[in-house]
Amino acid sequence: MSTVQDAPAREARSYRSYTRPLWWRLLFNREAAVIAALVLVILWAIYFVPFFGNQLTMTFLLLDIAPILLIALPMTMVIITGEIDLSVASVVGLSSVLLGTLVDHGWSVPAAMVVALLAGVVCGLLNGFLVAYVGLPSLAVTIGTLALFRGIAVGLLGTKAVTDFPAGWTALAKAKIGATGLPVVVIPFLVLALAIGLLLQFSSFGRGIYDIGLNAEAAQFTGVSVARTKLLLFVMTSVVSAFAGIYFTLRFSSSRGDNATGLELQVIAAVLLGGVSIFGGRGRLPGVIAGVLLIGVLSSALRLQGTTVNVINIIIGVLLIASVMSTSVLAWFSDLNARRHNRSRNRSGPTTLAPAGVGNPKEVDR
Amino acid sequence: MKFPTGKTAGVAAVTLALSLALAGCGAGNGGGGGGGSDSSSEKSTITFIPKNLGNPYFDTSDAGGEKAVKEFGGKYAQVGPQEGSPDAQAQYIDTEAQKHTSAIVMSANDPKALCDSIKNARDAGTKVVTFDSDTSPDCRDLFVNQATSDGIAKVEVDMIADQIGDAGEIAILSASANATNQNAWIEIMKKELAAKHPKIKLVETVYGNDDDQTSFDKTAALLQKHPNLKGIISPTTVGIAAAARYLSTSSAKGKVALTGLGTPNSMRKYVKDGTVKEFALWNPGDLGYLAAYVADALVKGDISGKEGDTFKAGSLGSYKVGADGVVLLGDPFKFNKGNIDKFNF
Amino acid sequence: MIGIREKDHQVSEHTEHLDASTEQLVAPSRLSPGRRAFNTIVRSREFSILLVLILVIVAATISSSSFVFGGNGWRDLLLTPSILVLLAVGQAVVIITRNVDLSVGSVLGFTAYLTGRLFIDHPGIPIPLVVLAGLLAGAALGLVNGVLIGFGRVPALVITLGTLYIYRGVVLTWAGSNRINASDMPNSFGELGTATVLSIPVLFLVALVVLIAVGYYLQTARGGRQLYAIGSDPDAAVLYGLPVRRRIISAFVLSGALAGLTGVVFAARYGSVSSSAGTGIELQAVAAVVIGGVAIFGGSGTVWGAAIGAVLLVTINRALPTVGIPDFWQQALVGALILGSIVLDRVLANRRARRLIGARDNEATTGATA
Repeated sequence: MSTVQDAPAREARSYRSYTRPLWWRLLFNREAAVIAALVLVILWAIYFVPFFGNQLTMTFLLLDIAPILLIALPMTMVIITGEIDLSVASVVGLSSVLLGTLVDHGWSVPAAMVVALLAGVVCGLLNGFLVAYVGLPSLAVTIGTLALFRGIAVGLLGTKAVTDFPAGWTALAKAKIGATGLPVVVIPFLVLALAIGLLLQFSSFGRGIYDIGLNAEAAQFTGVSVARTKLLLFVMTSVVSAFAGIYFTLRFSSSRGDNATGLELQVIAAVLLGGVSIFGGRGRLPGVIAGVLLIGVLSSALRLQGTTVNVINIIIGVLLIASVMSTSVLAWFSDLNARRHNRSRNRSGPTTLAPAGVGNPKEVDR
Repeated sequence: MKFPTGKTAGVAAVTLALSLALAGCGAGNGGGGGGGSDSSSEKSTITFIPKNLGNPYFDTSDAGGEKAVKEFGGKYAQVGPQEGSPDAQAQYIDTEAQKHTSAIVMSANDPKALCDSIKNARDAGTKVVTFDSDTSPDCRDLFVNQATSDGIAKVEVDMIADQIGDAGEIAILSASANATNQNAWIEIMKKELAAKHPKIKLVETVYGNDDDQTSFDKTAALLQKHPNLKGIISPTTVGIAAAARYLSTSSAKGKVALTGLGTPNSMRKYVKDGTVKEFALWNPGDLGYLAAYVADALVKGDISGKEGDTFKAGSLGSYKVGADGVVLLGDPFKFNKGNIDKFNF
Repeated sequence: MIGIREKDHQVSEHTEHLDASTEQLVAPSRLSPGRRAFNTIVRSREFSILLVLILVIVAATISSSSFVFGGNGWRDLLLTPSILVLLAVGQAVVIITRNVDLSVGSVLGFTAYLTGRLFIDHPGIPIPLVVLAGLLAGAALGLVNGVLIGFGRVPALVITLGTLYIYRGVVLTWAGSNRINASDMPNSFGELGTATVLSIPVLFLVALVVLIAVGYYLQTARGGRQLYAIGSDPDAAVLYGLPVRRRIISAFVLSGALAGLTGVVFAARYGSVSSSAGTGIELQAVAAVVIGGVAIFGGSGTVWGAAIGAVLLVTINRALPTVGIPDFWQQALVGALILGSIVLDRVLANRRARRLIGARDNEATTGATA
């Protein structure tokens, strides 16, 4: 005789894949907020700031923020894994100095560029090794390498500056694509953005990055090689920084030890503004790109108006704090709402939210 | 980790966007009400771009420029970077090019690195006049020099030789390592020393970057590293003021001579207490004044920048363009205890 | 009774197998008090940095005796690091709680400019009042940091990054391109910058007094020890019932107040303040603290170490030209020192953990067989 009874028939239950419909999810997230802000600021600038609307402005804007755009892409990935890299500006300076010194000694520009990129690889390996394999906190390590790389850059060149570069290369750095007014440097940026976007979304390496940010131990157990991933990310960041340094040097035709000092703060501010969480585990590229553009447009518009760098600084600082605190503030509101909902539900019926087996104190004394 | 979803997130996202936009609007409260306003007015817009802001020498020169601009009815503006680096200055030149300013009057942080931005500006129709520190001559329209480089270098060498008895170790505290004017003067100083003062030895040249704190610390380092130092030449007003301040509280006061280029107001205290015997300068206000008039003459088409062109510069009289597109203000002037109270800049 | 004596016997048995340093770790009470104190001091991080500092001074003096014995050598040796020592003390307190304060440079710039402005706008204002104003202004700016971090549940790195920008922007807007000159401030204030008492500069004494006060508080007061607890394990501190939020806010208020005091000291020392005063000094402060043995993850280290680290950094900077290395390489040296310190810290921590585990396993095996 079978001891298994037939289970009573149940209706098939269907579950929604998401709480909200697709259009809601697309429009009401952090990235959309930043993109909306960007659009609004551009509209304001076009109507209210003289000379903003012409093509020259866009060209100069993109030329100015190209290094930040480039570096923000791999920096996004680094921050998603929960680490941080403060040494990017020093790598820019170091590659700038290497390019200048070698060209000054008669090397050809392409050869010097290769050396500068290799230096970026070495810097990234140092960072990544100390963080991923030795296990040191990335904040401390990158503060150290920030000083070390910048110090090597300044030490190599002293306070001199190399300003003699072949005209062909400096013109290339500032060239525009046909009649559109977009600078040529936008092409490597778009290629990199596309590659990293696809990497993050569609490859296991990319999904692994999100996993590491959410819970590194769990990621390790699901087969993600945490140490190797972090090492690769730091190398990527430094190589892109080295490339940005090459661009910076050729654009301003000036190789100095103190080039791009303070750039790392602008990159991090832009990345955090774009919706990437400093705790790791979430963030998307469109938000980051919008964040960088937002800061760039604001700076450019304010400069055209004649306000100097002080107001821009205050605005960037306020935006940074507001964007980071908004997550906490929103979470707090959600908590409040949830608690209010729970309280009203408990009053209406006996259903509890606790899973079966976990008794409520009220039920124990039955 | 809990991610906020739902209505609250949606409302907050829209609020965030609005507040960001308002922040942007609020920052632009002084901003022009209309679109492109003054591109076709008769008023010439003259913008001064000094090496860096916060430098009393440039405050004086640009104030002189402002006086001139008001006299001939133009519109004056002053912008500039916080630090004396060429890439920061280039961004301001680019911005002026975008705004179609009539003329830029600038003191260059580097002879070559700014040429591309200047070329952009000149292509956009802006006249570019350099003063105090030149770029390479083919970049700019005209250069207003305060005095001949020879004259400036010689007067400083003469003063230090005088003050240390023509023998001993000296050092130079300069501005930034790439500054065109200081480097030109230092080259001539070295030649002068080799030719006319063989017993004076230049032991080191340090760079204070026209930053007060850096110049102060570098002076301390110089004194500590060269205990036999007899004199310091500082061909930059920020450097000499900082060096004087350090010297006046150190045990080297009176033993180490200090001279160079300084403004009377910042040096008065140290001349009176004996730290500095004599230093030189010209009137930076006059320099800015003349540079503004030169720019205006170019904009109006009175001169074209060729050698031999003449023009009138307000209360300073008429001037002639010399070789290489250089306009000369005059000769350097020596300040000492006897005459320093007569000046206020 | 017998059981305890047996246990004593077992403990002394197996400590004989351990070397001196492990014995210090595992059973310190077995050593004589004198030996214990000696071990604690000699094996401490602060002592090793002090040795390095003395080494650097000796090397520089051998190379050029005027480094210490020349005209202002002794005075400058103590005077120049005073500013960084003050900042390092405040930064150490914040880092011990597992946070970081990157806005100290901007706070310094703000209060330095405030000092000058007070002297210009209110001639005849007494100096102690100006010092108080600087302290309060710095404390207020630090309070903003503390509140945002304490209530916002956001990492201190990001908040202080933002306030770094904001405060610097405020200083730039306020100062414009003006700068405070030495002649704007009363002579008595400027003289404070180089005044000495028994050949020790006054400003150094100020830094020393602050250092001793804060160090004593962290060592002995309950609030101070709670800061260490919060840095070691914030969640455990919350569960234990410590007033975590209040302590963190006070740590940032202290850091801000000390940065404010440093701004006044800066104005006295340098005499001239521009709107870029203090730019970049926050990273030097963090470097000094890390080199001084305070772990970046909080919970350990002392302000004494941070102060010695600060003096070491500044002295190396001043000694490099004397030894013949162009001081362009100073920053690279600082970076190498930071990296070396944190790697050393990690290596030492690993070794100590292994020793403790070894001792525990030893005790387990000897205990089982006994």
